[in-house]
Order: sequence, then C-alpha cells, then structure tokens
Amino acid sequence: MKKMRTPLKNVRHLGSAHEGADHFMLQRMTAVANAVLAIFLVWLVASVAGADFAAARNLVRNPFVALALLALIVSGTIHMRLGMQTIIEDYFHGEGSKLVALALNTFFAIAVAMACVFAVLKLSFGA
Amino acid sequence: MADAKSERSLRIERPLSPHLQIYRPLINMVMSIVHRITGVALYVGTILLVWWLTALATGPDYFNTVSAIFGSLPGRVVLIGYTWALMHHMLGGLRHLLWDTGRGFDLATVDRLSWGTIIGSLLLTGAIWFTKLSGVSIL
Repeated sequence: MKKMRTPLKNVRHLGSAHEGADHFMLQRMTAVANAVLAIFLVWLVASVAGADFAAARNLVRNPFVALALLALIVSGTIHMRLGMQTIIEDYFHGEGSKLVALALNTFFAIAVAMACVFAVLKLSFGA
Repeated sequence: MADAKSERSLRIERPLSPHLQIYRPLINMVMSIVHRITGVALYVGTILLVWWLTALATGPDYFNTVSAIFGSLPGRVVLIGYTWALMHHMLGGLRHLLWDTGRGFDLATVDRLSWGTIIGSLLLTGAIWFTKLSGVSIL
C-alpha cells in the first residue's frame, strides 16, 4: 500500500521522546557540583604539590578528602562526557564517524573514572 | 519513500549564509569559544589526575618520578595552564548558570560578565600560583 503520510507527519505522530531535557539538566547539575569541587581540587593540588609520598598518601587517605575526590571524579567525568558529546554532535557530520566518536567519548570518560576511583579506593583500603 | 530519499540526496549547490569569519570578534563570542576550548583542555587534562593518582597508588618510587615531572618547569607550565583553564571554565559556567535563569541578558551586563570571566580567571590563577610559589601555606 502506498504511504500517504509525509515524513513530517510521521515524526509528528511519534511526538517528543520526553527525555530531551535530561542532557541539559544533568549538565547543569554536575556543573554546580563541579564549581564547588573545583575549589576543593585547587586546595588539594596546592596542599600536595611538593609533598613527599607519605604526606600525599595520608592526605588522600583522609575519608573526607577521599569522598570529595570520588564525588569530583564521578561528577567531573559525567559533565565532560556530556560536554564532549555536544562538541562531537556539532562537528561530526557523518553518521558512522559520529557514532564512533560518541562511543570513544563514553569509553574515555569511563576509563578515566574507573582508573581514578580504583586508585582512591586502593589508597583508602589497601596497603 | 526510497524515491523521495534519493531525490533529496541530489543536493543543489546553494549559496550559504556567512558564518563566524565575517564577524568582528566580540568579547562574549570570544569567551564562548574559549569556554569550549578550555572544556576540551580540561577533558584531555583529566589524564594528569589519572596519572598522579595511579602513581600515588603504585608506590613511592614511581610517585617520586611523577612528582619530579610535575615539579619541573614544563610540568609547572602545564599545571598553571590547567589551573587557568579550570578557573576560566568555572567562571564561564557560573555565567551560563546565571543566563539559564533568564537574567543578565542586556548588552552591558553581557559585556561585563564576559570581561569578568577572562579577568577573573587570570586573577584567580595568579593568586593560586603566587600563593603556591611564594610558599605561603593555605591549609
């Protein structure tokens, strides 16, 4: 049977996915968290710069420092993944290359998060 | 459907509207571009945090090696650049959060906020590294 609907009519029938605001809101929520945690990061880097191994390890082992670091890692990697996603969607015009770039973006963000979380947990619980 | 698609793919060369290159750079436009560039720099720069934390979790020998690299002159230049990117992206982000509420859109305020982002980021970076290098403890 011949299709009578125009492509526009098909899209209108499907309507909104009702999740368009998720990216926007998550970007803003993590931005607010990052603004606070960035100050913590500056303080941490200033505190450990030039410190010897034992002093640096003891500082990162402090539960409050470790928790703030974990919060920064999670919030930061979510935020940077969303930001890079926007950039990729702006500049990659081929569907295939865009998909590959988006996948690499996700993998990079997860790899950074996992490496940092593992290091902080090892320092906190390990020898 | 297939016919419509192949018809659409035969693109006619149409004149394009002018883009960025013909406009005189305005401060809010430059700050918007720099916000994106600092975002990318911070994205890549997370490798520094991964490197430092994994070195600390590995042991004293490797940590001392990494520490020496960060403490060298090129290492310091990278860290100062990273600090500036972080401060700039943070202030730019706060500006965007204000704009998200619908405030601060008159031209005078837009200009003030944009200049505030670049000047503020330079002042904060200077203050952080002056404090650090002059040996004053901010603990």
